[in-house]
Amino acid sequence: MSIIYFLIGCSILLALIFLAAFFWAHKSGQNDDLYTPSMRILLDEEDDVPSEK
Amino acid sequence: MTEPTIAAAQICFHCGNDCPSDYYIIEDKNFCCQGCKSVYQILSTNKLCSYYSYNDHPGATRARIDKRFDYLSAPAIISELIDYTDQDVTIVTFYIPHIHCSSCLWLLEQMNKINPAVHYCRVDFLKKQLNIRFEHQKLSLQQLVELLYDIGYEPLISLQDVIKKQNSVDKDNLVQKIAVAGFCFGNVMLLSFPEYFGISVYEQTYRYFFGWLNILFSIPVVFYSGGGYFVSAWQNLRNRVLNIDFPLALGISVLFARTVFEIISHTGAGFADTLCGLVFFLLVGKFVQKKNYHHISFERDYRSFFPVAVQIIEKTEEKPIPLFQLHTGHRMVIRHNEIIPADAILLKGDALIDFSFVTGESVPISKTLGEIIYAGGRQTGEAIELEVIKPVSQSYLTQLWNNEAFTLQQHNRMQTFNERVSKYFTIVLLVIAFGTLLFWLHADYKRGFAAFTAVLIVACPCALALSTPFTMSAALSIFDRNSFYIKNTEVVEHMANIDTIVMDKTGTITTGDSNSVEIEAMLTDSQKQLVYSACINSIHPLCRMICQFMGNMARLTAINYKEIPGMGIRTSINGHHLVIGSTQLVLGQREDTAHTTKVHLMIDNLYLGYFSFAHHYRAGMEKITSLRSSYDLFLLSGDQDHERYELVRFFKEKGSMHFNQSPQDKLDFIISKQADGNKVMMIGDGLNDSGALKQSDLGVAITDNVNNFSPGCDAILDGKSFSKLPAFLQFSKDTVRIIHFSFLISLVYNLVGLSFAVTGKLSPLTAAILMPVSTVTIISFTSIATHLMAKRRKLI
Repeated sequence: MSIIYFLIGCSILLALIFLAAFFWAHKSGQNDDLYTPSMRILLDEEDDVPSEK
Repeated sequence: MTEPTIAAAQICFHCGNDCPSDYYIIEDKNFCCQGCKSVYQILSTNKLCSYYSYNDHPGATRARIDKRFDYLSAPAIISELIDYTDQDVTIVTFYIPHIHCSSCLWLLEQMNKINPAVHYCRVDFLKKQLNIRFEHQKLSLQQLVELLYDIGYEPLISLQDVIKKQNSVDKDNLVQKIAVAGFCFGNVMLLSFPEYFGISVYEQTYRYFFGWLNILFSIPVVFYSGGGYFVSAWQNLRNRVLNIDFPLALGISVLFARTVFEIISHTGAGFADTLCGLVFFLLVGKFVQKKNYHHISFERDYRSFFPVAVQIIEKTEEKPIPLFQLHTGHRMVIRHNEIIPADAILLKGDALIDFSFVTGESVPISKTLGEIIYAGGRQTGEAIELEVIKPVSQSYLTQLWNNEAFTLQQHNRMQTFNERVSKYFTIVLLVIAFGTLLFWLHADYKRGFAAFTAVLIVACPCALALSTPFTMSAALSIFDRNSFYIKNTEVVEHMANIDTIVMDKTGTITTGDSNSVEIEAMLTDSQKQLVYSACINSIHPLCRMICQFMGNMARLTAINYKEIPGMGIRTSINGHHLVIGSTQLVLGQREDTAHTTKVHLMIDNLYLGYFSFAHHYRAGMEKITSLRSSYDLFLLSGDQDHERYELVRFFKEKGSMHFNQSPQDKLDFIISKQADGNKVMMIGDGLNDSGALKQSDLGVAITDNVNNFSPGCDAILDGKSFSKLPAFLQFSKDTVRIIHFSFLISLVYNLVGLSFAVTGKLSPLTAAILMPVSTVTIISFTSIATHLMAKRRKLI
């Protein structure tokens, strides 16, 4: 049953990684604007396609 | 009826407005003006025409095509505006009011296709902000703004932007604190389950291991996430105030101390999960309470609509200077559509000033040479020259802001229910806790301490602390849905306590839409069309109202069109000679002091009659007067009293209407009412009300477009929802009642917990169940009750 020490250690480490990821995402401003990306995704990337036609 | 030569109404490809008769056509697309056409040309040469495929007519109309961004070349102004600069790149953020659809988003983020010196563009749609990184050696700030202007997105650059940036404070890391608390709460809960389900004797080592981990997880929760409560409690104690943070901080520290003690001394499992859950829920409550309206500002004053710079003439040379350098004696040049930033004497040119920002009255007033023009007016027509007689901060309008209502921090705000109650709550809590301690002390001191700490833990007013934020945030979103935007949750409680309502007249209870136009003339359809075709050429508000009143008609070509500022228009259409305008222009006599504004009409020297523009009261004014039974109603108006007789039906009591009120008079009136012990709500719209709005216990700015300018206030009401005001007032009272009731519920939970606690036999499991259950009860009760009340008041 001492495997439980190892398992709990693993699970906490994993959780800590996720917490760190959240901190990083928040700090880099990913949560500052939660609305605009939902519009941006609807716009096409065209990259000069019309000029080649 | 209409001749075939008349072009059917054409719609501008760029902005969607009706095209005038002499519209522009390129590539079989119609444009209403040169400005719209040039935007299209820029976009088509840069292959950005997808702009028009995402939405129909996404552009802003561009009737005005003069650029005036010279002031952006002054280094003093540049350094105030930009966010960051180094040798190569500069980063700047602009507020662009026109951002409204996906086309805007798409085009603004494609800026580097137009000019490669722009490296990066990001739009924040809700805040209507554009963040740009560009090479300032290839593209100056002025050129950048001109480029934005050329594609139809003129940034709004105002003094307050500059100031706002300096005042911007760091956020309190609330989201991170919640993340940490939530993370620890989850882990601690899992680690506590074995304890609750029972650990057999030969597994004791696990118990200690879990215990130590729990302590480890509690440390960041107490010191990082919950740290704010200790700081706040300490500050309040020093100011001799007992607010809710004190029992919360006490609860958190006792929970932590007892947990650590029990685990180290192997006497129990501690309350780690109650502790983490408590802090987590408290922080969530705090988060919910903070409502952000990105597109609305409640803190605006004159600076947010005054220009950043003004053109002055110095030694026959015209040059821009920043507004804060403008002082008495400067000779400034104000062009069409520019705002006069300081009190000044008119030296040259025809002044036709629109004071709608100041008074809400949109009909321009003409001024003669040598007359004093007060700051805040907007020149319409040709350029004028003025001599500054007072610095910006001391002009008639802006000196209001030097009044103590603005300079003093207000301490006379009403206390919220929470503040009042938590004082007594804390005292009672401490009495019970120490009473329990004394009761057990001589019999069994261990049990005494156990009971003492248990009381503090169980009575920790978590549910009480949550009831206000959750009720209020639910209420705020109800108000929000009805286009009533409230600054913060406290304001709702203030609203419930109001007993006096003071209203401004112009722009607040009156509107200037087409319904108020009445026609006192018999016109045939073709005559109507003539009048319409003449008036459509003018941008004068009265002409606009006439056109709106007539509805959409086909347009005839006007020749010899001449607009006489302040008087009216003369023109010929299809051989008919039209004169439309004031009494003086049309009939050649001075206007008698009429009760209404009139526009007279003459076709081919035949006087036909006039349009009259009566003030039109907002829909729902009758409902407002029904408030008279429970509130004192007053009207303050800056105007003459010629509407007194019409208004008597709304304001029946003697002395409830006051006319000829200056901004200062309005402020003083509010103060005098407050001195009588009344709680005053002020409803106003213009800058002239801003002193009164600020002084009142609840200042409500009413506006027909929420994104437009509105003076600083506690709440912004959309004009469409004016009739719902009685419902809003009722609902705010309901909200406070819900808070009272949820306080009772949380008291019941506290009493149940206390009955365990005073005996000294509070098990960690009981605490761990009681705390979340009470929290969930409060949250669901408040949201459901608020929802039901809103339904009853017909707000949803």
